[in-house]
This record gives sequence, C-alpha cells and structure tokens, in this order.
Amino acid sequence: MSLLEVSNTTMQFGGLKCVNDLTFRMEENELVGLIGPNGAGKTTVFNLVTGVYRQTAGTIRFQGKSVSGHRPYKITGRGIARTFQNIRLFGSLSVFDNVRTACNMHLRHGISHALFRGRGFHEEEDEIGKSVMELLEIFGLAAMRDRPGNSLPYGDQRRLEIVRALATRPKLLLLDEPAAGMNSSEKERLMQLIRFTKEKFRLSILLVEHDMKVVMGICERIIVLDYGSKIAEGPPEEIRHNPQVIAAYLGKEAA
Amino acid sequence: MIEFLQQLINGLSQGSIYALIALGYTMVFGVLRFINFAHGDIYMLGAFAGFYTAPKLLSLTGGGPSYAGAALVLVAAMALCAAAGVIIERICYRPLRAQPRLTVLIAAIGVSLFLENGGQFIFGADPQAFPEIIADSAIELPASWGDFASLTITIGQVIVIGSTVILLAALRTIVLHTRTGMAMRALSLNPLAASLMGVNNDAVISFTFAIGSAMAGAAGILTSIQQPSIDPLMGINAGLKAFVAAVLGGIGNIPGAALGGVIIGVLEALVVGYVNPTYRDPLVFAVLILVLLFKPSGLLGKAEREKV
Amino acid sequence: MRHPKSLLFIALALCAGASFFTGGINPYYYDILITIGINIILAVSLNLVTGYTGQFSLGHAGFMAVGAYSSAWITLTFGFVLGTSLPAAGSVYLLALFGGGLAAAAAGLLVGVPSLRLRGDYLAIVTLGFSEIIKGVIQNAEPLGAQRGLGGMVQHTNFFWTYAIVALSIYGILTLVHSTYGSGFLAVRDDEIAAESMGINTTKYKVLAFVIGAFMAGVAGGLYAHFKQFIHPEGFNFLKSVDIVVMVILGGMGSTAGVCLAAVILTILPEFLRTVSDYTWLPGPVRDLAENRMILYSLLLIILMLTRPQGLFGKLHFIRSKKS
Repeated sequence: MSLLEVSNTTMQFGGLKCVNDLTFRMEENELVGLIGPNGAGKTTVFNLVTGVYRQTAGTIRFQGKSVSGHRPYKITGRGIARTFQNIRLFGSLSVFDNVRTACNMHLRHGISHALFRGRGFHEEEDEIGKSVMELLEIFGLAAMRDRPGNSLPYGDQRRLEIVRALATRPKLLLLDEPAAGMNSSEKERLMQLIRFTKEKFRLSILLVEHDMKVVMGICERIIVLDYGSKIAEGPPEEIRHNPQVIAAYLGKEAA
Repeated sequence: MIEFLQQLINGLSQGSIYALIALGYTMVFGVLRFINFAHGDIYMLGAFAGFYTAPKLLSLTGGGPSYAGAALVLVAAMALCAAAGVIIERICYRPLRAQPRLTVLIAAIGVSLFLENGGQFIFGADPQAFPEIIADSAIELPASWGDFASLTITIGQVIVIGSTVILLAALRTIVLHTRTGMAMRALSLNPLAASLMGVNNDAVISFTFAIGSAMAGAAGILTSIQQPSIDPLMGINAGLKAFVAAVLGGIGNIPGAALGGVIIGVLEALVVGYVNPTYRDPLVFAVLILVLLFKPSGLLGKAEREKV
Repeated sequence: MRHPKSLLFIALALCAGASFFTGGINPYYYDILITIGINIILAVSLNLVTGYTGQFSLGHAGFMAVGAYSSAWITLTFGFVLGTSLPAAGSVYLLALFGGGLAAAAAGLLVGVPSLRLRGDYLAIVTLGFSEIIKGVIQNAEPLGAQRGLGGMVQHTNFFWTYAIVALSIYGILTLVHSTYGSGFLAVRDDEIAAESMGINTTKYKVLAFVIGAFMAGVAGGLYAHFKQFIHPEGFNFLKSVDIVVMVILGGMGSTAGVCLAAVILTILPEFLRTVSDYTWLPGPVRDLAENRMILYSLLLIILMLTRPQGLFGKLHFIRSKKS
C-alpha cells in the first residue's frame, strides 16, 4: 500500500479538464517534484489531494483510504498538510499564534477546559507552547515569535507557512512553489531546509516548483504535467533530457 | 383564470419597479463586488425629487397632469438621483476601495440610515401625497374581449411597464453597444486588466452608479403614479425586495435583475391574491434564504470560485 | 492574562460590594448604569461572532428578543410556583435567564447554519432576514403579547446580577479566545481556507460562535426584560442590531476592551445629546439635530469608516481582502 495513490483522476470545470486522467504514487519518505508549465494543473492536484476540490472522476487514496468527499480539515487530520502558492498566513496573528492554530487538531481538551482552566488545561497549553517554540527554533523564527505574521520578510513568511504545516504533524507535506520570489542564496537555504525537514520529521514531500535548479537539486523523482496530463515521470536526469518535457516548456522547436 | 391574469398584470407592473431598482444593485455589484445598502434610499430620493419638482415642471407644460409634464418630472428625478449616486460614491465608497469589504458595507449602512433619517428630518416623517402627473384611470377594454374585458388595466400600469421596457432597452444598448458599456463589462470581469487596457476605472464606476441611481429614481417616479403616498422610509421595503430580485436573477447579471424583479413582483401579487396579504414580506425573505442556500449564483448567474 | 479565575472572583466580589451602595442612586443614573451593563454584554457577545470569528451578523437583536421573551414567559408563568419568598423568586429568575439564553442559543444554531456557505455581504443580509422573521413571529404570537408588547415582569434585575453577568461574559470570552482552542475562531476569521487546511473544523467554530454569541445576547435580553418590566417587538428591530454593531465597530472588532468602552460611550452619548437639546442657548436646528440620534449615528458610522475603520482599539487590515 503506497502512502498516496492517485488513480485515473480527472478534475473538470465545465468544459475544461484541469487534471486529465492522472495516475501517480508516492511512498513513505520520498521527495517528489511536480512540475509543468503554468496552468498545467499542479495546484489543482494539491487542491484535490487535500480535499479543497472533489475530483470529477478517479480515486485518490491516502494510506489506503479514499479522501474523496471529506472535508479538508479531516484530511489534514489523517496526515496531509500543505502550503499555498499565494501565502495564506493568519494575518492578524503573531508568528507564534500562527503555528499554534495548527495544533488545534491535536488538542486533548475542549471548550470547557478553556473556560474552567483546570490543571490539565495549563499542562496542555505549556506542552503546545513548547512544541511551537521548538519548531520555530529549528527554522530560525523563534526571535520573531510575537511579531504579526504579515510583517515578516517574504522569505520568512514562506518558512512560517512550512512551520505551520509541520505543526499538524503530517506524514505527507505538499509545498506549493516555496521558492517563489526568493533570490539564489535564499533558494540554497530553502533546498537544505526541505531536505532537512524530510529527514528530521520523516515525512514525504510533494513539491510544486518552477525553479528547475531547486527541483533538480533535491527531488528524487519528478512528475511532469502539461495541460492536466502526465507527460513524463522519472529521476531528474531523465526528465532533464526528455524531449516531450522540453517541448512542453519551450515549444516544439526547442525539443 | 381572469383572476390569475389580473394578478399577473398587477405583478408585472410592480415587478417592473423592482426590476428597475434591482438593476442598480446588480450593476454596482458587477463592477465593485459590493452590495450598495443605500440603493433603496435612492429610489426614495427619486420620489421626493419628483414631489418637489413636479409643481414647477408641470406648470411649464400647461399646469395639470400631462404626458409631457410627466416625462419632464421623470427626467428631472433621474438626473437628480444620478447626481446623488455619483456624489455618494465619490465621498463614501471610493476612498474605501482598498479596504476589506466589511468596511464599505458598514459605510453603506451608514449612508442608508443617513438618507432615511435625514429624509425624515428634512422632508418630515409623515407620508405625503405625490402630485398627480398623469391622469390615471382604468382603460376601457372592448366588449369583444368577452370575459377578459373585466380585467382592470390602468393607464398607470401601462406607463410603468412601458417605461421600464424602454429604459431596459436603453440600458441594454448602452451596455452592449457603447464603449463605456464595454468598459463596464471589462471592469466587472477583471478590474486590473481593464485599467491596464486604458479603462478609467473611476469614471466607469461613477458612470455605473449614475445609471443605476437614475434607474432607481425612475422607479421612484413610476411607483408614485400608482401609489401616491410617499415617505422617507419607503426605500427600505422596496429596496430589500429589489435586492432579493437581483440575487434571484443572479447578482451581477443585468438581464437577471430584470427577470428577478418580474418574478418577485408576480410572486408577490399571487401571494396577496390567493394566499394572505400578510405573507407578502416574509415570502420575500424566504425566497432570499432559499436562493442563497440552494443556488447562490441565482437563475442566470455564474458561480464564482475563489482561487486557492 | 495570568490567573483569570482570580480576577473573576475579585470582580464578582466587587460587584457584590458595590451593589450595596446602589440603593441610593438617582433612578435616572441607575437606569443608565444597568443599561450600560446590558449593552456591554450585547457588544461583547457580538464581538465574538463578528470581531473574533469574522461572521458579519446584522441580526443580533433577534437573539436578544428570543431571550427577553423566553425569560419573561418563564417568570410570568412560573414566577410563583416555588412560592413567593425572595430566594424562590430569585431562583426562578436565574432559571429564566438561563432558559432565555438557551432559547436564544437554539436560534443561534438556526442562524449559524446558513453562515457556513455565505460570506460577508450575503451573510449580513440573511442574518438581518432571520432577525426580522423572529420579530415577525413575536408580533403574531398572542401568548407573547403580539403587537401590544409584554409586560408585568417583576424587576428582578439589579446592579449585582447585571454586573456579575458582565464579569462572567468578559471572563468567558477572554479565556475562550486566548486559548489554543479559541485560536480556531481567529483562524477562521483571518483565512477560512487556510484554517480548514490546518485541521480546524471551520463549521464547528462558525456555528459555535453564533451559538455562544446568541446565548449571551439572550441572557442580556432576559436582564433587560426584568429591568424595564415591559418589552415590545419593535424594541428588537434592525436599528437595535445596528446599535450593537456600531458598538463593536467603534470599539474595534476583535478587541474586548474596545467594545466594552464603546458600549459605555454609546450608552451615555444619547443621554448627553438629550441634555444638549435642552440647552436653550443653542440654535434651534442644532438642538433638533441633537435629538435626532440616528442621523448622528449614521454620520458616525460613515466618518468612522472613512477615517478610522479599526475603531478605538482594533487592528487594521487583518481581513484577507478578497479581490474582485
């Protein structure tokens, strides 16, 4: 049983097939890249896997169980977390609170504890506080814990989104263009960070990215989409020289 | 059967009023994605504009009710309302364009309350009698129509329905066949791209408010022909029903607003005629809640997806 | 906020102590004092729905009405079932307040459901619609006095009960929101899709906000009914909802301290304006205008949005602006 199985999945909006008969798998502890020209359907795949959209055909299974028809928060509960192409932090909340909200789903105590504040409540709040600070430390954001999430520099905001996703304790992490808007040294650090995250938290990562250096640099396997269909799949070296892939990005003449 | 037709005619006439007001809601929503809470009160302003200008204008055309005089009053009210709409947009809504939508919605509520209470303060809270600008009476139907001759169709109703058709046709021409209309459509699809293509967004938005308000002003006059009792709070009820009509037809969709208006008008007439007049207002709320729960994009509208 | 429970006990003790001194106050000022307390509860409860959870509700007066009428009906029907002694009457009163809150909470559940699929402008209109429906039901309900209103309640509400409930309300909201559990409300407000993706059940939080907010408004309604001793459907109309909304906006959405202060200011303001209209040395039109509270309110709303939309203590620009 694979960690993630997408089988013959199609997402159709009216007459447009954003994702067309897509099939791929992911196993535990893999770093897979998902690339393709703009509009190829990459973010749609993320939205399908996390339950934001429901596919018009095909199945998606996570750890053997279907994710179709479930609300996104339930799917996150099963172990899939994501970041967003256009950063979606909780604007009015501090860095610390942004991550803390993601701990909500693991709460042992409910509303009555928040109100009556017994010992159990304080213990759990302290636990949460500690694990949030640990995460922030690892990613170098601890010093900014009280600053509003929106006030961080762009690169730090992207890191914060990753930290927040990690707070949900996922087994599969979907990163949507994490390198967008970064300069090359930031990208270098990001690549190290992604590798480190995969190792330290022992999870699988599916990465959508446009920067080929980043993709080729860290991905073990790459899936290429064009107009919603998979046109290639394989290790970076193969993909780099695949004529169909080159044609998709640069036009037929360049192939 | 006759009874049913009668209600249909009444409903069509009332529905025309709702359609005209609904157009303003829908057009403003189309270009700004914002519900102008104060729009119903523009309709009220139209009626009062007519109230105050009719004596002078009618004296220009011979002193008593006349078609020419009525036309003058209509045009005057439309012009005054257009101006009011543009001024309100300029002062209260334009500065808030970059703010979260809640901010401008609250401002619109403020404008609406200001117009209503200011109206009560200035015009007086008691209902007033709108002057007669057209000699309204039932049309004599030829006896050869048989049973149908017992239907009551008044000149006023014909004028209301006829004027609405003319105004709708004019609006359609503007929206489909002029450059400004094309700019409006472009704006409603993608404001940023429109401005990059050379559209002056501010001017087009002002124009949209002007036209929408003019339509509401026309509705204010047309309604006063048939129901001459006007008061500063008359915009609340009509505005709400027109809003529901706009949502029913698909907010942002211009033919939808007209269709919605007619449907609401006819539904109302049928409920009043066949069920119970006290259910008139709750019916409209019920329609709204049903539409928003089951088909929020309305009859003719398209569902908008938020990009994730 | 360290030790909220201790602060609560201190506040309650202060209320009990202060209530001994309220016997001799001029009835006019006493009225204002109680009204301030009731308005604080209303504002703080709406703040949970609108300020902390981002659900724009224009129908809060409807919940107040449900609470007022339910509690009034309970005391009018069962007021002396346990006997006529003070503790007996008092306990029926407290049960009535609680019952009014529960009834309002049920209404909140009903209203919360459409909130799940509607945003911003639409939700505002639908909540307004529900509130009008509630008013319409009351106006047609003979046992509740219909259009004539309902009277004859015993004046159980006093300084202690009012401000004890104020203290409990503020405590409840602040402890709720400043916990990890409560951060779910804020997440829903800031970005629903992201919240959902971070494992937060947005449905639960939206409905919960309405239910809790409605409960508190219902209790406030009960306090009101047993203070004024007469309630009328028109007292819970759209304008009343707007009153409460203005308090939340003036205070700053999402700031409990702010809305408390705003509730105080906006309760005193109309009284102040009333005295201004008595100053014969002011020109007539100014005095007339001062009497017209709603004109000034509406101007206040407009000017506030144009100049300081975050109100007194709120934060600016926290709502993810949904682009056209």
